Amino acid sequence: MLKQTALIEEHRKCGGRLIDFGGWELPVQYSGVLNEHLAVRNACGLFDVSHMGEVWVEGPTAGEFVDFLVTNDISKLAIDQAMYCGLCHESGGLVDDLVVYRVGNEQYLLVVNASNTDKDYTHIQKVKSGFKKPLPNIENRSLRFSQLALQGPKAETILQRLTSTLLSEMKTYWCKFGRIDGIKTLIARTGYTGEDGFELYVEWSQGPALWNKLLEAGKTDGLLPCGLGARDTLRLEMKYALYGHELTDETTPLETGLGWVTKLTKVSDFVGKAVLQKQKASGAIKSLVGVKSLGRAIPRQGYDVYTEDQSTKIGIITSGTSSPSLKLPIGIAFVDKKFDVVGTKLAVKVREELHPFEIVSTPFYKRSKT
Amino acid sequence: MNYPSNYRYTKDHEWCELASDTRVKVGITDHAQSSLGDIVYLDLPKVGRELKFHETFGVVESIKAVSDLYSPLAGTVVETNADLISEPNKINASAHESWMLTLESPTAKAQFETLLTAAAYQDFVKTL
Repeated sequence: MLKQTALIEEHRKCGGRLIDFGGWELPVQYSGVLNEHLAVRNACGLFDVSHMGEVWVEGPTAGEFVDFLVTNDISKLAIDQAMYCGLCHESGGLVDDLVVYRVGNEQYLLVVNASNTDKDYTHIQKVKSGFKKPLPNIENRSLRFSQLALQGPKAETILQRLTSTLLSEMKTYWCKFGRIDGIKTLIARTGYTGEDGFELYVEWSQGPALWNKLLEAGKTDGLLPCGLGARDTLRLEMKYALYGHELTDETTPLETGLGWVTKLTKVSDFVGKAVLQKQKASGAIKSLVGVKSLGRAIPRQGYDVYTEDQSTKIGIITSGTSSPSLKLPIGIAFVDKKFDVVGTKLAVKVREELHPFEIVSTPFYKRSKT
Repeated sequence: MNYPSNYRYTKDHEWCELASDTRVKVGITDHAQSSLGDIVYLDLPKVGRELKFHETFGVVESIKAVSDLYSPLAGTVVETNADLISEPNKINASAHESWMLTLESPTAKAQFETLLTAAAYQDFVKTL
């Protein structure tokens, strides 16, 4: 039996094509991936991401515990601020990636990947024994929250119609409790699309009401319901890592472009720090690069990457698609570190044939400045 | 959706149109294009290639998925639709007009007649 979010009937009403996504019955698309993708880039899209996990850490030592748990420097996090982080094993490999919101002085919300929620929670239980201070209260409240993502250049305009919280004053990666047409909401200016936008956390049962209010408020601005297909192509154009593709238990944040959220010099010790310091000193042996096709061939996860002369295997594609914004095939790949130079030509094996590719600067898609 | 009654169909979601007693045009069905979603890539065989029944003759890719194309009968590729390679999204717009290739065989008509009728194919799709 697949798990369903509170919005299952809304997805059916909107014509969503429902699929099994890691045990959740969720829409891969409504009107079409291409259409939805471009709506987010040019206007606005609404996603149901209620399958994401929400773990709450609360109490006098909550901040210190989260700082011990994750790679980023939580001691620098102000109240109402959010931070993207890695969650590591002692081995340095990634258990997950997550966003930490400090929603109160001693209250932290950890938003984790749906398919990793149970694994993360178990990992956190194990980490407890290494924490030398009194433990905070830790609770997995994933089934108590619906989460909607409103993403796109029109997101602020649409959301402002429904709330008295002054959104123009909320910076990227900040959040605030407010009301959206009466519904108590944690409004966060975060997202996974590369566009401006908000992630909205409400009580589980309020999900459908919030969904319908937003769709109605954005009708005249081209707001479309968007599925997981567009969510994937949007994040891929930004080269945002996805767990199970770029991120795994065996890869470290330093190898996956998450060095910027791995603070090896922060005051607090954290799980995986010793191994990561050693890797930093010796240098990671592989890196994650963006590639584009010089022909028509579309790269997909698992395809092998070779040198331009096709003599040596040097890596593997972790994600790939035909970019709706750029209208050309793009991919993310692990390659041996020495090949990590923009402009390097490569070959990718697509159905037993090698096709020419090139390493390009990322993000693939650059938002136009307004 | 309209499934032309003069076409025949396969469980691999290809359609065939009898162009003459020895020639058949091949494409994918509306059900196939709809399941795939936005089609962004098409690969077709070279003219002159001999295909066995049910042999893979090409690949169609949507933004999300990669799908093999299977030959609905045994024959020789005598023609491919190059326009469709440069604009594969035409398949989404009109799958039953978007022919991919023409196969030639002395037994084309007899092979064609063993395939599913429009009614049988639509019944099959309902079971999926």
